[in-house]
Amino acid sequence: MAQASGNAAGPVLEIEGITKAFPGVVANDNVSLTLNQGEIHCLLGENGAGKSTLMNMVFGLYRPDRGTIRVRGEQVSFQDSGEAIARGIGMVHQHFQLIPVFTVAENIILGNEITKGAFLDLDTARRQIDALAERYGLAVDPDATVGDLSVGEQQRVELVKALFRDADILILDEPTAVLTPGEVDDFFEVVDSLTGQGKSIIFITHKLREVLAVADRITVLRAGQVVGTATADGATQQSLANLMVGRDVVFRVDKAEADPGPAVIRVQGLRSLDDRGVETVTGLDVEVRAGEIFGIAGVEGNGQRELVETVCGMRPATGGRVEMLGQETTGWGPRQINELGVAHVPENRSKHGVVAQYTIADNLVLNRYHHRKFSQRGVRNTAAINAEARELVEQFDVRTPGVDAVIDTLSGGNQQKVIVARELTGDLKALVVAQPTRGLDVGSIEFIHRKIIELRDRGVAVLLVSAELDEILSLSDRIGVLYRGRLAGTVEAADATREELGLLMATGATGGKS
Amino acid sequence: MTTAEHAAGAAGASERVGLDRQSATGLVFGLLGVALIAGVAPAISGTSRKFNFEPPPDPAGIGFHPPTWVIAIGVLFLLTAVLGFAPPEARRWASPARLLSAVALIPLVLVLSLALSDNPSTNVINLFNESLVLATPLALGATTGLWCERSGIINIGIEGTMLAGAGIGYMTYATIGDAQSTGWLWFSILVSVLAGGMVAALLAVLSIRFGVNQIVGGVVINLFALGLTGFLRSEVIVKTGITTGVGTSEFGLPLLSEIPVIGDQLFRGKPIYWMMYLVVIGTWLVMFRTPWGLRVRSCGENPHAAETLGVNVVRVRYQSVILGGLIAGLAGAWFSMESQTRFEDNMTNAAGFIALAALIFGKWTPWGAFGGALLFGFSRALGTRLQFLGVEVSGFEIPSEFLQALPFVVTLVVVAGAVGRSIPPAAAGQPFNRSR
Repeated sequence: MAQASGNAAGPVLEIEGITKAFPGVVANDNVSLTLNQGEIHCLLGENGAGKSTLMNMVFGLYRPDRGTIRVRGEQVSFQDSGEAIARGIGMVHQHFQLIPVFTVAENIILGNEITKGAFLDLDTARRQIDALAERYGLAVDPDATVGDLSVGEQQRVELVKALFRDADILILDEPTAVLTPGEVDDFFEVVDSLTGQGKSIIFITHKLREVLAVADRITVLRAGQVVGTATADGATQQSLANLMVGRDVVFRVDKAEADPGPAVIRVQGLRSLDDRGVETVTGLDVEVRAGEIFGIAGVEGNGQRELVETVCGMRPATGGRVEMLGQETTGWGPRQINELGVAHVPENRSKHGVVAQYTIADNLVLNRYHHRKFSQRGVRNTAAINAEARELVEQFDVRTPGVDAVIDTLSGGNQQKVIVARELTGDLKALVVAQPTRGLDVGSIEFIHRKIIELRDRGVAVLLVSAELDEILSLSDRIGVLYRGRLAGTVEAADATREELGLLMATGATGGKS
Repeated sequence: MTTAEHAAGAAGASERVGLDRQSATGLVFGLLGVALIAGVAPAISGTSRKFNFEPPPDPAGIGFHPPTWVIAIGVLFLLTAVLGFAPPEARRWASPARLLSAVALIPLVLVLSLALSDNPSTNVINLFNESLVLATPLALGATTGLWCERSGIINIGIEGTMLAGAGIGYMTYATIGDAQSTGWLWFSILVSVLAGGMVAALLAVLSIRFGVNQIVGGVVINLFALGLTGFLRSEVIVKTGITTGVGTSEFGLPLLSEIPVIGDQLFRGKPIYWMMYLVVIGTWLVMFRTPWGLRVRSCGENPHAAETLGVNVVRVRYQSVILGGLIAGLAGAWFSMESQTRFEDNMTNAAGFIALAALIFGKWTPWGAFGGALLFGFSRALGTRLQFLGVEVSGFEIPSEFLQALPFVVTLVVVAGAVGRSIPPAAAGQPFNRSR
């Protein structure tokens, strides 16, 4: 990483003693940090630590209660983000701020339109976008419709959008959370080329590996306060994680040797189609035994989603069969499979995991509301539902004001805990989990991992699908690499290395073991 | 597994079983085709009929033999049905065929009604012109809706906004111009336009400033306008003793109105009618070719994204809704000072709601909305024409109410079968709260 070429050039952004309170919570409490010319400054912290709030103030979306912000030595007080943009500040939000039905060019010029007379001049805009794309290595097609682009491409559009406005201070809010491992590497190259050309970057994240890979300096936030600063060479993953969480964090998941029993999930020659009708699961075989965790690694888009959905009855199989607990379940519906004792933690939290407008209590019994315990003769037993919910909230450490809160008001990590609490309760025989910790902070990840191991030790068969190789490696007993809809290889986790799995993921070539 | 998943699975399943919309449309056309060829064509009179292009006496036109036309259209329908179930390589012709068949419903209704009537001929150019004229308030109303919804505000108060424009404009004309003076007429039309803008501003304040549900806000506007104009009519207009007066007058477009046969019928018209074209063209230019138009559209799709780029969403929404209101006010003036020169209670007679249908039909685009307005205008014109023709089936005259409804049935088939799914602006109807 380019070691801050311009430390001598002095700070381009100084934040001093910023305090911001929302009703009931102090999001930032006397926060200070400085960003030097040409440096990458990582802002690290758990979900809800106040990172995004702080940056939204720098970008003019929120106004601080106290404190000062200086840009290139000059004190500023932005009324809206237009003023921040005028000062050369650009922000790429965690949830992209794009308009799906607009073209790339329209998205980029919106708010800073180029005109010829009274009319938009899209030709000049196209040329300028192409020039920027070339200069920073950000390939985008100005005429493509944004809604058709992949997440990685959309992120490039966001970057070009900021650069188009001559931003030289770039705020990137969890830019890698949505990217695949390959896209993350491309992204780091882009970041390199940006700082190489004099841009200064604030990089918000909670992924420690990335922090150490790209940061020049690091500021750690916890509960709205700065709890530490460090330089990249002076920090380790362990020291940063402890600062972030406020206690010692156990990285290596402690688990006993697996004691696998008979096969519980048996998938043979499975085929299924994705939403566009393309066959993405292409004759897949896999067997998960009782009391083991079978991890499925692979670059996203190799059939993970379709595999999970087909096994769980949400998507029809176009060939092959699925057997669970000795019964053929091909063609069964989700509830039938669920009642058999197979739980599912879905990949898409908001679409398949929760009903956003329901309360926590209602979300916690979504899979069991019809059981005798929670409803009698078609009438819900609210008292029983709430009692159960309070118990689960306690047991799974869901941070919420109460069980009647609408689930949409919770952070992503707490929503995921609700889903896990619901799915892991009951008499389970098998568990299918997809991306169980995506977007979660270190504390929540640790908690969910422990729960999954507990289940395994009780003899549950676990099928784990994750894009995080670290997660696969630390949890699984056996690992299969999914490549173009089939398992390219299966390895014992104890023998697996990152390099070997990475090669399998990228090329589908077997490493010799199976 | 969750109920959310159950629901998703069930929806997926229902898409796979049963008829999809395309095959269902194909089936309907197939049955219609068989009925036309085997049932209708042999039954109707074989005497020749004529579509005139100009008024009598001795009009130019084309004569035709009704059964031949009915059979031809029937064959087209059958072909469409067959294509709907054809192997994949032929399927790409299915969609254009459906559209063609849907459009062919219009000549079919004309041919059939003429064949079943005692009149041997009817003027089709004139019918087309009537359609355009009747489309005026619908196209203006749809443009109103376009500006509002593209900026993110659903406006079902178009009807009320038009009515207020019609009533307040005519009241002004009757009280200070005695409904006779050309100068005051134009002043009153301006008053109509401004009244529309003010009513829309009320909707804007309710929905933007106070975050009132936009549907409720629109209903309030409609009820308010109905009550207000009713009051103004009985307390002010009636008391002037003026029941009617001099409205806007026709003029011909230079050169174009000199074209033989059709010029005089198609290129003569009244001023608000001509302004309608300017409004549609202007809306298209401003909305899709200017920076402000881009901003309006961004506010209707993702206002938060617009905000992060420094767009003042609240201001843009106010501007769009009020601009829409001004256009609706002009549509109101058409009712009380161009189409007729008087004001009646509930004079707009649901045109504001039909305009919304035209907007949806046109997939939230200016030209699409104009096309939708034209289709509904044609339906109205045809309904009236059929009454004059007096359509009889085996000696029994078909009730005029049925004939007036028939074009709307045709419209329904066209919309359901040929236009397809229409996707509204993503943020339409969602209140916007600025970040703090």
